[in-house]
Amino acid sequence: MQSYFNALADHLTTLLQGDEVYTAQFHGEDSEFIRFNHGDVRQAGSVTQRGLGVDLIDGMRHAAGYVTLSGDTGADQARLTTLVASLREKLPFLPEDPHLLYATEVQSSERRGSNAAPAPDVALDAIRQAAAGRDLVGVYASGEIASGFANSLGQRNWYDTSNYNFDWSFYHEKDKAVKTSYAGFEWDDAAFGRKVDVAAKQLEALARQPATVEPGPYRVYLTPAAVYDIVGMLSWGGFGLKSHKTRQTPLLKMISGEASMADGVTITENTKEGIAPNFQGAGFLRPDHVTLIDGGQYKDCLVSPRSAKEYDVPTNGASSSESPESVDLSAGSLGSEDILGQLENGIYIGNVHYLNYSDRSACRTTGMTRFATFLVEGGEIQAPLNVMRFDETIYRILGENLVGLTADRELILDPGTYFARSTASGRMPGALVEDFTFTL
Amino acid sequence: MIEGLEERFREIAPDVDYCSLRYLDETSESLTVRQNVLQPVSTVTDAGAMITVAHQGGIGYAATSDLTTAGLKAAAERARAWAERSSGKSVADFATLPHSTAQGEYETPITTPWASVDLGTKIDRLREQSSRLKSDDRIVDWAAAVNWTGAESLYVNNQGARIRQRFSYIVPVMSVTANEGAETQTRTLGGYGMGRQGGLEVLDDVGFYSDAPRLAQEALELLSAPDCPTGTMDLVLAPDQMILQIHEAIGHPLELDRILGDERNYAGTSFVTPDMFGSYRYGSDLLNITFDPTRPEQIASYGFDDDGQPATKEYVIKDGILLRPLGGATSQARAEMNGVANSRASSWNRPPIDRMANLNLEPGTSSFEDMIGAVEKGVFMATNCSWSIDDSRNKFQFGCEYGRLIENGELTSIVRKNNYRGVSSTFWRSLKMVGTEDTLQVMGTPHCGKGEPNQMVRVGHASPTCLFENVDVFGGV
Repeated sequence: MQSYFNALADHLTTLLQGDEVYTAQFHGEDSEFIRFNHGDVRQAGSVTQRGLGVDLIDGMRHAAGYVTLSGDTGADQARLTTLVASLREKLPFLPEDPHLLYATEVQSSERRGSNAAPAPDVALDAIRQAAAGRDLVGVYASGEIASGFANSLGQRNWYDTSNYNFDWSFYHEKDKAVKTSYAGFEWDDAAFGRKVDVAAKQLEALARQPATVEPGPYRVYLTPAAVYDIVGMLSWGGFGLKSHKTRQTPLLKMISGEASMADGVTITENTKEGIAPNFQGAGFLRPDHVTLIDGGQYKDCLVSPRSAKEYDVPTNGASSSESPESVDLSAGSLGSEDILGQLENGIYIGNVHYLNYSDRSACRTTGMTRFATFLVEGGEIQAPLNVMRFDETIYRILGENLVGLTADRELILDPGTYFARSTASGRMPGALVEDFTFTL
Repeated sequence: MIEGLEERFREIAPDVDYCSLRYLDETSESLTVRQNVLQPVSTVTDAGAMITVAHQGGIGYAATSDLTTAGLKAAAERARAWAERSSGKSVADFATLPHSTAQGEYETPITTPWASVDLGTKIDRLREQSSRLKSDDRIVDWAAAVNWTGAESLYVNNQGARIRQRFSYIVPVMSVTANEGAETQTRTLGGYGMGRQGGLEVLDDVGFYSDAPRLAQEALELLSAPDCPTGTMDLVLAPDQMILQIHEAIGHPLELDRILGDERNYAGTSFVTPDMFGSYRYGSDLLNITFDPTRPEQIASYGFDDDGQPATKEYVIKDGILLRPLGGATSQARAEMNGVANSRASSWNRPPIDRMANLNLEPGTSSFEDMIGAVEKGVFMATNCSWSIDDSRNKFQFGCEYGRLIENGELTSIVRKNNYRGVSSTFWRSLKMVGTEDTLQVMGTPHCGKGEPNQMVRVGHASPTCLFENVDVFGGV
């Protein structure tokens, strides 16, 4: 796809008039999706999609447009010719944009992945074999993902990867299930088999009579997957400069010094160790790391080019949403191998579900337990727990009530596929927390 | 790009049990004025097609934006390969499922087309509303925006079906945020739920040109308001909260694909089971819920769903009794149940699944004053700002931007951080009064997420104001 993208970028340059400049961002993917229910195929298919967003800039006026592409260079060059003409027609109606900022220092880059994702038949057969005798439900996604940036100043950035992400659950009955994912770049039957075995073992525990506990405070262990979702809530407006400047960040009390997290909590946008592209739509490169929370204290924000111009600070290559794409929570010192023993008496929370803010200014969230969540007594699993609603401030979860974070962390590849397959990821430890409040 | 598409499809359609082409061409324009500054104006043109093949009992799809004969042929071959690959390994024998033979057209009624007003005028109108939102130094962020999408679709198959539909969607957005110290409060126009079908007349109909001063004033008042009280009390919900209550605690649990288990790894399952239809008391006698794709101004109205099934209005709950699930033709056949025409896809690149479309609460006989007058101690809540519910769609918690205490039958002081929680399977039985038609609002959002691969679709909800008794309400920290 890279040479095709370069041909489109070169064509765009030929379309410019006078002092016009363009920036362009490309997305392409060739994906295979297999959706399973009860171990059988519910829906299976292929999606081939390419699209290019172009911002036509003349001085401080600009107009942006996105067009789906066919993959045929000649036909798509014609589409871009039409697009640029339509954008040019808009420019006279548009005022100068005081917050327009795009990269003018040419910084080209290339990051190419191997193309070793398995053939669909291989994955389908392996998954159906794992499902034999079990109730498996989930989705397998694989194939190539590509992103590119170009501008008329000559900058070219390219990123492609070919991976797979099988996100699935084994169900016991009703809502009692174990959720697992197996994601990577080269399919390994043995590694997949180990994932299946671990899930199957937890499935056995779900067969016990479920327990219900009364609302109130409990000592809990949050797995890395659960912690990823909680940090994901913070990422919804928590780290962007615009949300800080407009006082809408859920970390309002932290930036005003009224609240903090535990000393051991450091949250970083870790682009270097993530799988997302290291460039964004206006052509700025991302640094390897941006420390967002350092030792429990607010450190830096993610700054998009528009926010940089609006608030007169340097950009750090954030996208317009100013949300982390490769979020990293520092490891602690708890050993993962005996986490039930360290929990001793409490609740093991495999996953959380449907989080939202119940008091955004106070960073207070609500959500549900989900999947493999167990009542633990004396360091042993006693019973699966019926779902419980929690309502807690993240300052307490990752602050005054945090007993510790595990030394081992998991790299979680986001299985999200809204509009396109996600390249977001997180590197997360588990968390042992006191007095975690269940409300319903 | 639609010209000649049907002919090219007929030319390349393989000799299989079933083959369809579903084409969608959407053009969108997004205009936002934030803090009186026009944000980047963006236009999106997105067109492509999905070929679906059912053969030898299996089913497969292939989506492509290459609409040439060669592109469609390649897609058909990929879809056929998936059908053959999944043969004997699928949740159903797709050779036995019914397919549409319908022919017809549908088009959004439009009074003032989007293109009839030039870009500069539309921007000026947004600027005017933006400036009206900044009424005080404590207002720290504000924006007025409108998104328009024009869509054209074509569905054809090898069974004789041919359906062409044209839509125009308008989504107005307005928000204002006030801050004082460590307290920030935001008011929005209907919680981002004011989307409708139509043209620029929608902006007049939803109060876009009139509500800015009220929203700004309410955001400021909330800064110094006390928190919502905690306790069990009566609760009056405005339509812009009712849409979430209906959506999460009726719509999703009634989706037949959830009941069949398809969504268990992602969106979740349902507390509703097949044996409950026809007899289960979902709510009080006052609860009447319809699947209604026929209301022309509502955002998810259509003539046919994305599997080509003709869409009709149906009661899913009548007089409190659960009648039918929200399931399209495929789910109906798998479950051997009736349903509705709600098999829908977010775009050309995702396969149809069971979605809500328009799910409405039918109006009752109580005026707004009657409902307030019937409450000795309670809270009136408006405009959703927080939503959470368990994976069986039972234990929920919602938050609202704006609240007013109700004391001895009268609305009194403003309260903030308004939350309530409950359990779907019993909550609707506490529905005590349902507002008349003049309390009803037609609302809609483009942001309902579901499915693997994930899909975001437009859903509509029309609801009157409603009164619930004995609800667990609470405020902030």
